Amino acid sequence: MKKTVSLFAGAVLSLGLMTGAQAATLKMAYDADPVSLDPHEQLSGGTLQLSHMTFDPLVRWDRKLGFEARLAEKWERVDPLTMRFHLRKGVKFHSGNDFTAKDVAFTFERLRESPDFKGVFAPFSGIKVVDDYTIELKTAEPFPLVLNNVTYLFPMDSKFYSGKDENGEDKAKLIKHGNSFASRNMSGTGPFTVSYREQGVRVEFERNSGYWDTKSPGNVDKIVLTPIKEAPTRVAALLSGDVDFIAPVPPTDHERIQGNKKVDLVTMGGTRIITFQMNQNRVEAFKDARVRQAVAYAINQQGIVKKIMKGFATPAAQMSPWGYLGHNAALKPRFDLAKAKQLMKEAGYEKGFSITMMAPNNRYVNDEKIAQAAAAMLAKINIKVDLKTMPKAQYWGEFDARAADMMMIGWHADTEDSNNFFEFLTACPDAEKGLGQYNSGNYCNPKADALMVQANTETSPKKRAALMQEIEQILYDDAAFIPLHWQNLAWAAAKNVEIEPVLNVMDFPYLGDLVIKK
Amino acid sequence: MIAFFIKRLFQAIIVMFVISLISFSIQDNLGDPLREMVGQSVSEAERQALRDEMGLNDPFLIQYGRFLGNVLQGDLGTSYFFKEPALEVILKKMPATLELVFGATIIIVLFSVPLGVYSAIKPFSWFSRVVMGVSIVGISVPVFLTAIGLIYLFAIELGWMPSYGRGDTVDMFWGWDSGLFTLDGLHHLILPSFTLASIMLPLFIRLIRSEMMEVLQSEYVKFAWAKGLHSRRIYFLHALKNTMLPVITVGGVQIGTMVAYTILTETVFQWPGMGFLFLEAVNRVDTPLIVAYLIVVGAVFVVTNTIVDLIYGLVNPTVKLAGK
Repeated sequence: MKKTVSLFAGAVLSLGLMTGAQAATLKMAYDADPVSLDPHEQLSGGTLQLSHMTFDPLVRWDRKLGFEARLAEKWERVDPLTMRFHLRKGVKFHSGNDFTAKDVAFTFERLRESPDFKGVFAPFSGIKVVDDYTIELKTAEPFPLVLNNVTYLFPMDSKFYSGKDENGEDKAKLIKHGNSFASRNMSGTGPFTVSYREQGVRVEFERNSGYWDTKSPGNVDKIVLTPIKEAPTRVAALLSGDVDFIAPVPPTDHERIQGNKKVDLVTMGGTRIITFQMNQNRVEAFKDARVRQAVAYAINQQGIVKKIMKGFATPAAQMSPWGYLGHNAALKPRFDLAKAKQLMKEAGYEKGFSITMMAPNNRYVNDEKIAQAAAAMLAKINIKVDLKTMPKAQYWGEFDARAADMMMIGWHADTEDSNNFFEFLTACPDAEKGLGQYNSGNYCNPKADALMVQANTETSPKKRAALMQEIEQILYDDAAFIPLHWQNLAWAAAKNVEIEPVLNVMDFPYLGDLVIKK
Repeated sequence: MIAFFIKRLFQAIIVMFVISLISFSIQDNLGDPLREMVGQSVSEAERQALRDEMGLNDPFLIQYGRFLGNVLQGDLGTSYFFKEPALEVILKKMPATLELVFGATIIIVLFSVPLGVYSAIKPFSWFSRVVMGVSIVGISVPVFLTAIGLIYLFAIELGWMPSYGRGDTVDMFWGWDSGLFTLDGLHHLILPSFTLASIMLPLFIRLIRSEMMEVLQSEYVKFAWAKGLHSRRIYFLHALKNTMLPVITVGGVQIGTMVAYTILTETVFQWPGMGFLFLEAVNRVDTPLIVAYLIVVGAVFVVTNTIVDLIYGLVNPTVKLAGK
């Protein structure tokens, strides 16, 4: 698996000398290493982390979920269907090629061919290259999330990815499960280049000496990324000083890390919601809103967070986390056993009924224990649960088959926007429109759907917020699903690694800006 | 001898065929590989299109036939994750595993023979009792726990040993990346080797002890005593030789088992070998890699067993290979 990635077609002249502190090496351990060097092969956290190290997006999220200019210096809405971006000048790719509007257009077209990313870019009808440093993105309908979605647009070096590779294949070709040129080679504009890669063992990065962002305080000139699968080993590697930055950190080890003087723990409220869905097609009783509400009243979110998650999660009563437009601050977890029993009685199910439940056991933090706790809580309102848990590899097949009456699903909105939750998890299932793909409960409320469609073309943030908060309210009143909590995020690093300023809720540490103190 | 080889080869082919059939037929129960390859929001239709493209929707017999055809040409399939021929991926990881097994074997041989012999000769001494007691504990503690305990003590608390990985390696011949020839590599090998050895060591101490005690009761040893031979000669020449016969048989089989046990050890120590690779492949539903691994490990078992039979014939001439 030895692969020396040849990234430099020509030597890059380093004009901007690095300012700030001396250069340093970062040794980091994650639970996995990037699947491929092709940024469009898989839409996953790992791919995006890699993209932020070796490429730059047009705009990126800042810590307050606002936007920060990167390769796009500024942007403006020309008309309701068009957004114009002014690109940064004087930026060079790792290969030495100049970055221009052509590269953005090339990348945009490639994204629309990618099975994983085409969904994110579906609302766009096209791209227009105005001049070398200006582009316009067009949408068929007014689209409020243009900026959210261009955080996924990391311009690739169109010259570098043109032509044929040694196997006679097109260099730009996107192959999901094959050995393509783009999966082995890369040329971006980002702060780091990949200098060595042995998949599953180690990836080494070198600082891009010609990086355009000379204002970045980052002083890391070399990064060694080692995947360490087992959480206890990862923590041990940090504590013994073999590595100096790890993620994720399991909740069970937080105390140990906090108690250690040589390392720091940083946690943050995350945006991934964990929920249960109640299948109305399989269980007649779940068609009755009162029964669903009873289930909602019977589940003690705070208890689960305190006892099982060791406080490492935020109890939820809706899907949109704080900071999202759709977050409805009025909605609170509603654990009330007496109320739950009363609702069961009103619905005529005082004696209860039996259901099946499925959950994965290696996908979400403590997923199996959470399901067991939920089953025990439902027993108190006489709903007898037959629980089955399984590894995620098997679970998704069962989920697609809607194989149980209650199923666990966690979701992170790729667009960092509430409507993404509704479209995938609670919209009336409609295969043609691609809605409700993960709505195993078959919950369907035309009113909520109408609001969702309206929010999709509403470009005023204030009005969109009102629409989406109303949807959250409807889902809450209907008990459309059972929200549990948002998983928190945790990273740990040696004291001299100033990790906190570069972290964010998306879990893409901006390592280009990382400072290591001497 | 030649007849024995031909017979063995024939058996091996049947065994490999059965393994391939079984591992190929369970792959549908391992999960959907597409799920691991695409993001969460990719539509079902899109996934089906990819499945078609990869030939995963074909009937089982067609898929298996295609697989067998490729195997006959030396192609065990292409790993979804590594995007390289599965056999190549496994062979590249094999040196790490073999070196780990080698390290563990050295530890087992160095410790089990003296300790087993001593506790057979002096079964009632306090040291023998300690050895037996510790070996009971050794057998009962799961290897996962042993590993974590060792890491905690030697890497975190004392800081003497590295906590994970293989350290520096040097390129030997045929792409064999060896950690045996660098100080850093040997340093990294110590904890994983002891962990892996901890499973088998107690077994071998006990085996050698009981075999030795039995041999010491036999007529020819009594005769040797009566003849007035020196005790060292009786114990280490006459008795030990006969003790080792069954130990070699068990040892040969156990080396194969040890390759299987590396899965846990390698996972805890992030040791970049075959066992870790296999576990990862299962998690990622990398079916071609899983099938290839099972076939390779099957082959390792067949080969070690054949070698054991050959060695046995050399040590004990009364066993006639051709007559078996």
